[in-house]
Amino acid sequence: MLRSIAARIAQALGLILAVMCLNFLLIHITPGDPATVIVGESGAGDPELLDEIRAQYGLDRPFIVQLLSYVGRVATGDLGDSYFFNEPVTSLIAERLWPTVLLVGTALAFAVAAGTMVGVATARRPESPLSHGATVLALVGFSMPVFWTGIMLVILFASTWELLPIQGWHDVSYGEGLLANVLDVGEHLVLPALTLGLIYLAQYSRLSRASMLEVLESDYVRTARAKGLNERRVVYKHALRNAVIPVVTVIGLQFGALLSGALLVETVFNWPGLGRLAFDSILRRDTSVLLGVLMVSSVMVIVANLLTDLLYTIIDPRIRLRERSNV
Amino acid sequence: MSDAMGRGEMAAADLPVAPGPVAGDEGGSGGPGQQNAGAVRPGRETLRLFMRNKAAVAGVVMLVGIIFMTVAGPRIYDNDPKDIVAIPLTGPGELEEARLGTDYLGRDVLAGVIGGGTTSLTVAAMAAAMVLVIGISIGALAGYYGGWLDSALMRFTEFFQVLPALLFAMVLVALFEPSMWTISFAIGVVAWPGIARITRAEFLRLRNLEFVRAARAVGATDWRIIRKVVFPNALPPLIVSATLIMGTAILFEAGLAFLGLGDPNTTSWGLMIGLNRGNFLTAWWSVTFPGLAIFFTVLSFSLIGDGLQDAYNPKLRGR
Repeated sequence: MLRSIAARIAQALGLILAVMCLNFLLIHITPGDPATVIVGESGAGDPELLDEIRAQYGLDRPFIVQLLSYVGRVATGDLGDSYFFNEPVTSLIAERLWPTVLLVGTALAFAVAAGTMVGVATARRPESPLSHGATVLALVGFSMPVFWTGIMLVILFASTWELLPIQGWHDVSYGEGLLANVLDVGEHLVLPALTLGLIYLAQYSRLSRASMLEVLESDYVRTARAKGLNERRVVYKHALRNAVIPVVTVIGLQFGALLSGALLVETVFNWPGLGRLAFDSILRRDTSVLLGVLMVSSVMVIVANLLTDLLYTIIDPRIRLRERSNV
Repeated sequence: MSDAMGRGEMAAADLPVAPGPVAGDEGGSGGPGQQNAGAVRPGRETLRLFMRNKAAVAGVVMLVGIIFMTVAGPRIYDNDPKDIVAIPLTGPGELEEARLGTDYLGRDVLAGVIGGGTTSLTVAAMAAAMVLVIGISIGALAGYYGGWLDSALMRFTEFFQVLPALLFAMVLVALFEPSMWTISFAIGVVAWPGIARITRAEFLRLRNLEFVRAARAVGATDWRIIRKVVFPNALPPLIVSATLIMGTAILFEAGLAFLGLGDPNTTSWGLMIGLNRGNFLTAWWSVTFPGLAIFFTVLSFSLIGDGLQDAYNPKLRGR
């Protein structure tokens, strides 16, 4: 058990190393010369200055030396400096990390909780109108482009009904203090998190419905019913635990997609997270920040996958780490 | 993942000793379709099941309608989506020349909805083709040969799976010039791991079944077995995924275009939404209709995919 966890962690570290190498490769094949970008900012273009900049940023050294020094630097938490802000990328990202984590976390929690509930409720009455409605909703949720859903929700909730704020995550109108701050951010969080959560709510409800239907037909559930347990207990205590396993699998697999969705949602709502940072960095041609965001997001996915794997062993002790399904 | 290797090696070690079918095969998806082509035609049976599924047929009708609109629309409706035809931000129904209203520059929204489909569908088709080529090649090699090749290829696949797809596609498009080719390429590069995994799982399931062993016994080469024996039987889940991949690719293209990373020289639904983002509170029509176009296109592929899944796999109907 411990050994397999260690192996799993080692594998995660390997993946992180691979992402570092990819990042470096991407820096290298970028058509533009970063030195000219930096010099361009200060409005000059003479070759001496260019050489100086190249030496300063180590751009004149051989490929492999640059790669090794890059990996070494990244490993110690140094993702280079932003060409645009002339600030460490790490501190830029650190500023933006928390809003993204908050957005993704809230959306995921909402989607899992509501999705599982809908899935279970519809699985208990598979032929009811509610059940068919949920199936349709799942299809609709999957087919809507997330940024468009966000815009539609804004039109509905902010323009037509004027209920919720639609931009950023802070208002000056709120007072100081912790509680005011929490309420402020919370109010701003509702629409983005709902937008992002809706797609996954749709998918998780469909998934948990399917797995619940399967579990409810299994022998152990029939046994539980036969020995006279009430239906509520059978469904929520006995069946749910097994029915939720596919949802956990999919959370791990889809975490990257979730982050991608967050990126679009952040752009719609001006949410000051990593997605906005990446987007702005593209406009500024600030490659080091863009690649820093790619690096950090990939690490987040790797960590999320690792956590999912560990979560498996908690939900279902039969699943040893190495026996995990491959599909 | 350590399990990938473990499983691959285990299955390879099983080969000479255990002659039974691979565990987990319940003939769930498709079964050996080629084998009994004479008696019952599985293809025709699948088609019959598919046609009885109202939602799936609705999806086909929707898709045919969208393709017709995209191909024939510009010929019937002659406003150019890039031309300024009327006063900016006029609502739908107010003007003869722009039935769905105009955007912030006075361009016809209806013309954009009709003309934008070409980019979305072309990019999605090219990207899906790329996804299938990469995914099936890698999955087939990994699943058929197993062993070290399997574990190496699966490591490679895992690596691509941890990259947040849209962000990686953004990086690729941002680093190179955005054009239909780069965008299709970027989507293709980020979206193949799912297909690779499905293909691998199918090949793992099929490669030790009796008819494959029989083909091997009569001396067919690996290449021939992969192509003519295993692959046709692995098709059903792949056809379903290919349909769904089209939907995903359309969403991807729309997302990139929305962020301004699309081909700047073509009209596309995502680009329209992105450009009109600043005005959506005053001109809801300029973002709503292109979004509906994306939604119905993706929905049609989802419905068809679901219908195919049910038709190939009647046991799972309605789940």
